Amino acid sequence: MSVLEKGLSEEEQLSKFMAKIEAGEKIEADDWMPEDYRTALIKLISMHGISEIMGALPEKEWVPKAPSLKRKLGIMAKVQDEMGHGQMLLRVTEDLLKPYGKTREDLMQDLFKGDLKFHNVFHMATKSWADAGMVGWLVDGAAIITQTNMLNASYGPYARALKRICSEEVFHAQHGEAIIMALTEGTVEQKLMIQECLNRWWDSLLMFFGPASKQTTGSSKQDITMKYRIRTKTNEELRQIFFTKYIPRILSLGLTIPDETIHFDQEKQEWIYQQPDWNEFKEIIKGNGPKSQERLDLRRTSYETNKWVRDALAK
Amino acid sequence: MTENDPINQDYQKAVIELLYQLADDDFIHAFRGSEWLGLAPHIEEDVAFSSISQDTMGHTAMFYRLLEELGEGSADHLAQGRSSIERKNCVLVELVNGPGNYMEKPRYDWAFAVVRNYFYTQAKAIKIQSLKNSSYKPLSDAAVKVKMELYFHLLHWKTWFTQLMTSTDEARKRMEEATERVFAELDGVFSQGSYRVKIVDFGLIEDETILRKLWIQELSPIFQSINLTMPESFGMKHGNGRDGEHTGDLEQAIQTLSEVYRLNPAAAW
Repeated sequence: MSVLEKGLSEEEQLSKFMAKIEAGEKIEADDWMPEDYRTALIKLISMHGISEIMGALPEKEWVPKAPSLKRKLGIMAKVQDEMGHGQMLLRVTEDLLKPYGKTREDLMQDLFKGDLKFHNVFHMATKSWADAGMVGWLVDGAAIITQTNMLNASYGPYARALKRICSEEVFHAQHGEAIIMALTEGTVEQKLMIQECLNRWWDSLLMFFGPASKQTTGSSKQDITMKYRIRTKTNEELRQIFFTKYIPRILSLGLTIPDETIHFDQEKQEWIYQQPDWNEFKEIIKGNGPKSQERLDLRRTSYETNKWVRDALAK
Repeated sequence: MTENDPINQDYQKAVIELLYQLADDDFIHAFRGSEWLGLAPHIEEDVAFSSISQDTMGHTAMFYRLLEELGEGSADHLAQGRSSIERKNCVLVELVNGPGNYMEKPRYDWAFAVVRNYFYTQAKAIKIQSLKNSSYKPLSDAAVKVKMELYFHLLHWKTWFTQLMTSTDEARKRMEEATERVFAELDGVFSQGSYRVKIVDFGLIEDETILRKLWIQELSPIFQSINLTMPESFGMKHGNGRDGEHTGDLEQAIQTLSEVYRLNPAAAW
């Protein structure tokens, strides 16, 4: 795809490329890169970007309803950040798409057709104000873990975007935790609201990190992303980090984890837990989750309704 | 007069009245803006518009806090616990963004959003300029803070307004229709309601006729540049919100924005 350096064969280019990333150097948008590296990046970053944008929708349901001026301000700022992350990541993707002659318009069409997937958690319903806290606290908390894992990604533009995103996500997690803490310290109804919310979100949180191996769901991009130094840890390692970080915090707030079997195995040095239904996961990311089509419809509707604006700007 | 001076009852009543107008205006305006989140014409606009709505919500909080300090109750209650009859916002800000609901089939009208936001923000900028000289010191202090942010809001909406007015025929047609709808309520934005005389006599802000004139002065050159005629007069088609006259749209807005708060107004959220 990219122009070969003079006198170098494809094979020589590839070994030069591998030597470069193995030495910890960054690849930039205009550098030569193997085709499967480019396509893996496009898949990863476009999905990340569109997930930020689709992820704004479930939280957005609670923005106009936030129960105090302080919370209204907090959640408005938070969801705005997410849109900003989406914008930044789509820009990174657009650069990678250039050799194929594709643009953001193509990405939006891919989303509408169901070819461009968004993260499993954002296909779920948000049923109470507690969900607004949960998305900030544990969903963003999980996101921080997966994104920190890629802070040293071999692709420079993505690594730099992630630095900024991660630092903002830390605020989001604190914003979410503050909402959750107010509920856990509140009335009986508020406590029930947050426990019911955790029960509903638990499986989605486990699924967030993806299946342990491709045997579970038939495909996984963790092998190629590790080979090319985009990420360093496996899905399961990340899930274990999440447990270690959050299980004590969840319990200290007086909440119950909806999995009676979960415990830390001292011998194996890992958390033992009940697997979520990975068939359900497959259905969700295919676009058959509880809110998948409704959320896509929201974007489709606004895209159609605003067509005249895009036409006017293009003139 | 400063915060610590003894404020006579009439003066305080006039201050409170004006603060309700300012706070309720910005609150409902920011709420309508927050409904647009995720639905703007492109992602860059979503980021910009939500930033503006957030600023406006910040101004709201400042105004409600001034009311709280004057013993009107907690800022959160003032924002979320009052019925539509008690609200002093102008009708223009309460009107829905378009057909549908923000969660389901929102066929929101971007032309109406641009015109309403531009005209409202220009009026707000003129009021804030006047409030900088308010006899009520806490209000003039607040005005200084608000003014800094308004510059960018105004620039943003003015850019959209002129761009869409001078583009395709369809955009022009939609923008002219939206302009007509906004003008039909624009008098309500300037109205100072039944306390007008006291509000002005106490030197809290200039009279609405002066503010309206300044608005026309600001916008006339813009209108000329895009070949648009300034109407002879504006309207208050659905009544004067300053006197508690509102549409069903406000009732719907209050139901939504206080849904969680009303579960238990005494609880800490």
